[in-house]
Amino acid sequence: MSVAATIRPGRMAALRRNPTLVAGGIVLGLIVIVAVFAPWLAPYPADAGNATHPFQVLAPPSSAHPFGTDLVGRDLLSRVMFGARISLRLVIEVLVIAGLIGIPLGLVAGYFGGRIDQVIMRITDVFLAFPALLLSLAIAFVLTPSVQNMTIAIAVTWWPWYTRLVRGEAASVTTRPYIESCRVLGVAPWRVLLRHVLPNSMTPVLVQMSLDAGGILLTAASISFLGLGAQDPTPEWGLMVSQGAQYFSTQWWFVTFAGVSILLTAMAFNMIGDGVRELLDPKRVISR
Amino acid sequence: MLEVRDLVVRYGPVVAVDGVSLTVPAGPAGFGLVGESGSGKTTIGRAIVRLATPASGAVTMDGVDAFAARGGALKAYRKSVQIVFQDPDSTLDPRMRIGPAVAEALRAHQIVERTGIQARVTELLVQVGLEAEHAERYPHQLSGGQRQRVAIARALAVEPRLIVLDEPTSALDVTVQARVLELIGRLREARSLAYLLISHNLAVVEQLCERVAVLYLGQIVEEGETALVLTRPAHPYTHALRAAVPELSEELPRPATRHADPPNPAAPPQGCRFHPRCPLAIDRCRTEEPQLREVAGRLAACHRAEEAVAGGFRAAAVDDISAPAQS
Amino acid sequence: MKLEVRDLNVWFGERQVVAVDRLDLDRGETLGLVGETGSGKSLTAYSIAGLAPGMGARVEGSVTLDGRELIGLSDRELREIRGRRVAMIFQAPISSLNPVFRVGDMFQRALRLHGAGKQDARRLAAEAMNAVALSPDLLRRYPHQLSGGQAQRVAIALAVALRAEVLIADEPTSALDVTVQAEILEQLQALRAEEGIATLFISHDLAVVSGLCNRVAIMREGRIVEQGPVGTTLREPRHPYTKQLLAAVPRLSAVGSADA
Repeated sequence: MSVAATIRPGRMAALRRNPTLVAGGIVLGLIVIVAVFAPWLAPYPADAGNATHPFQVLAPPSSAHPFGTDLVGRDLLSRVMFGARISLRLVIEVLVIAGLIGIPLGLVAGYFGGRIDQVIMRITDVFLAFPALLLSLAIAFVLTPSVQNMTIAIAVTWWPWYTRLVRGEAASVTTRPYIESCRVLGVAPWRVLLRHVLPNSMTPVLVQMSLDAGGILLTAASISFLGLGAQDPTPEWGLMVSQGAQYFSTQWWFVTFAGVSILLTAMAFNMIGDGVRELLDPKRVISR
Repeated sequence: MLEVRDLVVRYGPVVAVDGVSLTVPAGPAGFGLVGESGSGKTTIGRAIVRLATPASGAVTMDGVDAFAARGGALKAYRKSVQIVFQDPDSTLDPRMRIGPAVAEALRAHQIVERTGIQARVTELLVQVGLEAEHAERYPHQLSGGQRQRVAIARALAVEPRLIVLDEPTSALDVTVQARVLELIGRLREARSLAYLLISHNLAVVEQLCERVAVLYLGQIVEEGETALVLTRPAHPYTHALRAAVPELSEELPRPATRHADPPNPAAPPQGCRFHPRCPLAIDRCRTEEPQLREVAGRLAACHRAEEAVAGGFRAAAVDDISAPAQS
Repeated sequence: MKLEVRDLNVWFGERQVVAVDRLDLDRGETLGLVGETGSGKSLTAYSIAGLAPGMGARVEGSVTLDGRELIGLSDRELREIRGRRVAMIFQAPISSLNPVFRVGDMFQRALRLHGAGKQDARRLAAEAMNAVALSPDLLRRYPHQLSGGQAQRVAIALAVALRAEVLIADEPTSALDVTVQAEILEQLQALRAEEGIATLFISHDLAVVSGLCNRVAIMREGRIVEQGPVGTTLREPRHPYTKQLLAAVPRLSAVGSADA
């Protein structure tokens, strides 16, 4: 009977019972604040660029440089702070590009079915046949290494997942009576797609996107670590880890703070992803 | 007005509708389609509103073929037939308020001027027994009966000549059902509406339809005036359906079919499709498929229809019926 | 056998959904529990069967089976009673059977759990199938290979095989075609006559209840507004809600009432 319907908590109560989302949100909130206000918060904003300070190369953490300095004497705290801007922007850009390509294709495939569906799904299958990281690396290798091109390389491998997800959802929404009644009424297909199929297919995509953010960040860090992404003097965390890796045993601070930043941000994203999933799609949590 | 001719609809190996013809006159008129699950009654309704594609046969509205029409003719056809579905939970977009949902129907066929849309939405809601305030609500804020009323309002918005009502009240509580049926009866006169009422509930069909067709495994087995068909059935299947309806009495309905495995729609029995369950079946029924023919003022597809109408059921059949045959 | 319910109160959080003062069920009796959506009829039945706490409900009051209190028993004790003395059948018969087991395996598991040997279990299963007019051949099938009516009979046969004394039936025929419904109702009636099974029959359909049940209880908003013998209650309803329900039942003219 209407057992499920009788348990409908308010939004606030839902948040209270969702500590993962709150904790992840707080950590990410702090990172966003750092990113936005980096030029004002960073002790040496110029060190985010190609400033060099030959006399303080690889200085250990001190009150002047809490995170120490790097190979050319730049303040690592400042670089890590500016790095947050790059990482967050990259994650958002990848999600937006992948969403803008993936979601419309999935909607069209799922709603119209037939020939269009087959063509679109064949193409996504080709992309999905390669391991994502490998494909991103290959694309990044072909393009000139830069943050911009790395963003493109990741987005290109990411959209097919959203196409597939949206297609499944759209195909199932399309068979619901409220869509069928629109077809019988003669409502224009594009309108049915935008006003009905799209909003009712978005929940799993939003959940997936929030879960993916951490993965995108790690992918970017890996590409930069391998030298195919951000280039010096860009204060990208993956690149900083790569630069500092060989000094780990002697100058531990060089690699550690950038590495911890990647870890913390990825973790915050994942916690938010889990929280969003629980909030929007409780059924899937139970089934795992 | 609406004519279905030799309609055949296939789902893979299953022939869901197998050569059905029927005519629904211009309104006010009610045509009932009854039968068990798997009889094809819903598929016929879906084909009429172009949600199911026939393998052969035709659906025409005043001569316009629903599946051959293009452009303006198609638009006109769409406007003339609408459907109301069974499940009030999924019949409205959960993310769209009631007002815009009804307005959407008005816009699709430019029924009224842009400035008149609001007023017409209110008018439609009031017509189906709701209030203007309901336009602001989301579907989950309405009861099942109210949602079904909105679905009816949406269908009425384009001023159709025929509405397919696919089990419109079977998911509703009886008291709510009674009021929705009343509404349908009222709209039919007020709007001179014709409808095809698909239902498993014979009492509902009797209340709202002048004519009825009884379907079994995709074919019409009996068709005629409701009063005649339901009170003096000529087909043993109609009789069985009739006899199975529970009534407010301390007697249980007595099953009037032979106990047999339910029929497989992908491999219907040879001869008369009903013969394995039929208490009147004779050898001829196993081999020769009966055709629809005129029997005592209606159409029936049964070799023994004459005997059945003459009261043959009680005399010939009841004894073998009550004992379940072991297979 | 005697099942007695006293002052049964069920809550979801702060909201009380059932407040039943008194409900009795004797051997060989069929009690119809009738109400509309949200009346609390199913939840009352689930509470009696001990299934409501698992759905997140808080249950207070007393449900006794031959004097033994069922409310507050451990899951283990409840399972023993549910399997053995109290059986339940549901609205969606096919999905209420475990899809990975053949029908025969279900009987084996259930019967052997309650102490039958392998051969005995096989014999009892075949007997139970015969008792509900099903061929024992169906024991080899999986649930999805059964029709809705057959699956519902299998569920009833399981109760028969376990010699259940109380059958709680939650809208067992609402999802079935009328012809199949008529067969199942006839079956339930025969079971009462032959095995003396007491049945709590939950339904929204007064016509079905009037034919099958000895007694009827009408529920609305969690409360029983009227209960009594079926004949008198439905012929001379006292509560306005019962009258309203009766008036809403669509009626079919009698056979032969039209002029030929």
